[in-house]
Amino acid sequence: MDTMTYDYTEPVLSPKGQKMRDILADYITVVSHRLPDDVTKKLVELSKIEVDPLQRLIYDTMMENQMLAGKLKRPSCQDTGALQFFIKCGAKFPLLSELNAILKDAVYRATKQAPLRHNAVQTFDEFNTGMNIGDGIPSVFMQIVDDSADIEMYVYMAGGGCTLPGEAKVLMPGEGYEGVVRFVMDRMTSYGINACPPLLVGVGVGTSAETAALNSKLALMRRVDSVSPNKNAAKLEHLLEDGINHIGLGPQGFGGKASVMGVNVINTARHPSAIGVGVSTGCWSHRRGKINFDSDLNYDLPLNEGVEL
Amino acid sequence: MKTWHLTTPIADEDIKDIRIGDIVYLNGSMTTCRDVAHRRLVEEHRPLPIDVSRKAILHAGPIIKANDDGTYEMVAVGPTTSMRMEKFEEDFVKETNVKLIIGKGGMGPGTQAACKKYKALHLVYPAGNAVYAALHVEKIVDAQWKDLGMPETLWSCQVKDFGPLIVSIDTNGDNLFEKNKIEFNKRKEAEIKKIDAQVKFIK
Repeated sequence: MDTMTYDYTEPVLSPKGQKMRDILADYITVVSHRLPDDVTKKLVELSKIEVDPLQRLIYDTMMENQMLAGKLKRPSCQDTGALQFFIKCGAKFPLLSELNAILKDAVYRATKQAPLRHNAVQTFDEFNTGMNIGDGIPSVFMQIVDDSADIEMYVYMAGGGCTLPGEAKVLMPGEGYEGVVRFVMDRMTSYGINACPPLLVGVGVGTSAETAALNSKLALMRRVDSVSPNKNAAKLEHLLEDGINHIGLGPQGFGGKASVMGVNVINTARHPSAIGVGVSTGCWSHRRGKINFDSDLNYDLPLNEGVEL
Repeated sequence: MKTWHLTTPIADEDIKDIRIGDIVYLNGSMTTCRDVAHRRLVEEHRPLPIDVSRKAILHAGPIIKANDDGTYEMVAVGPTTSMRMEKFEEDFVKETNVKLIIGKGGMGPGTQAACKKYKALHLVYPAGNAVYAALHVEKIVDAQWKDLGMPETLWSCQVKDFGPLIVSIDTNGDNLFEKNKIEFNKRKEAEIKKIDAQVKFIK
């Protein structure tokens, strides 16, 4: 049988495009080596409330691992995910036409540099491209938000054991928000146990499977300690966080005092006949970065204090 | 919670007193083995090209560096979700006589039956700690089925004090995650009742 290969030739980018690609390749590498500040802070907090020897042993291993990953500059988890970018872009951002090529090539280069695991399997032909890029990988979700020349993007290493197997469903309005609660809670005691708790739980509410699913993913981009601006959604976040913690999944699902780093809800409007609900679970090793560029490619990294590329 | 140190080859006698919740550290031979390798053995009836009898497998897809001299180096390794292999594991244990199945999260009735009947353990390495784990791999001694790509190749490793490995299924067929799940589900129902009373936003 002939071995199939994936055709990829590095694109010819403008000098500015090359610069953005190189910055992004460096940043993706950083994201694989070190957790964002909000996640690190929360894990330290949670490690202090677990008192049993098994739970302590697991948290100690986690802390030691992150220290070693930073020191040795290696990916802290072997599943460096399928790369996903969630982007808000101004209509006048100068590299808009090159953006898809820049992102794909940045992943291609970071894969060699970090190094990242080869996580792109071409469907139906069923072969691993060996480059960590493929048709639709990296995945790019973009909104044009205003007339500015700036761009902000989340870089997410979406792992196969946590966030990629998300779920979404459309409920009948009669099921109400009680149906949303049931949907989220049932996933915690089935899938959540294996998704590397303590989890960041992203809940999306919208009008269809895909809007709810995307909202649940965007919810994982929010900081661990953030609160929804909607009063009722914030109340649900709080109730779910307490409720899931009381289930007591503990680190790695071995039982313990806490189950989650946080619960984030993102909601959009719904058709009167439908309540879409989606759940995405971020693992404890939530490798989500954020980088903001202006039109001259000056950038800042709000989730990684002290990091320079 | 007892702590055990095991060295391959492992005899039935070595693991008969190890119970769920105990901690194991492994020395010797451990081979990464996951989705497609299980399928090839069980469904395609292709013999495993690495002998894992009385040794350990790890449900994992590592990051490997290929050196210029043809050797390989472990950069990062950690377990993947074991439950994906549940469909195949009972037959896998029967065919291979593997003694330790290491992964992430629990496994189901097939693996329980195999652990009891053929004397094996399922253990969990705390996932996400891939650098810590890689530093306990002394050497990659063999690589087979490389056509499957980096994550799914069978990487045969020589490991030292590899752990902590938490026993999730023991040779009695007891299952830590299944026991925990009963408790988790009970608590969940109580929590749902509490929350439901406060989310009647549709009026």
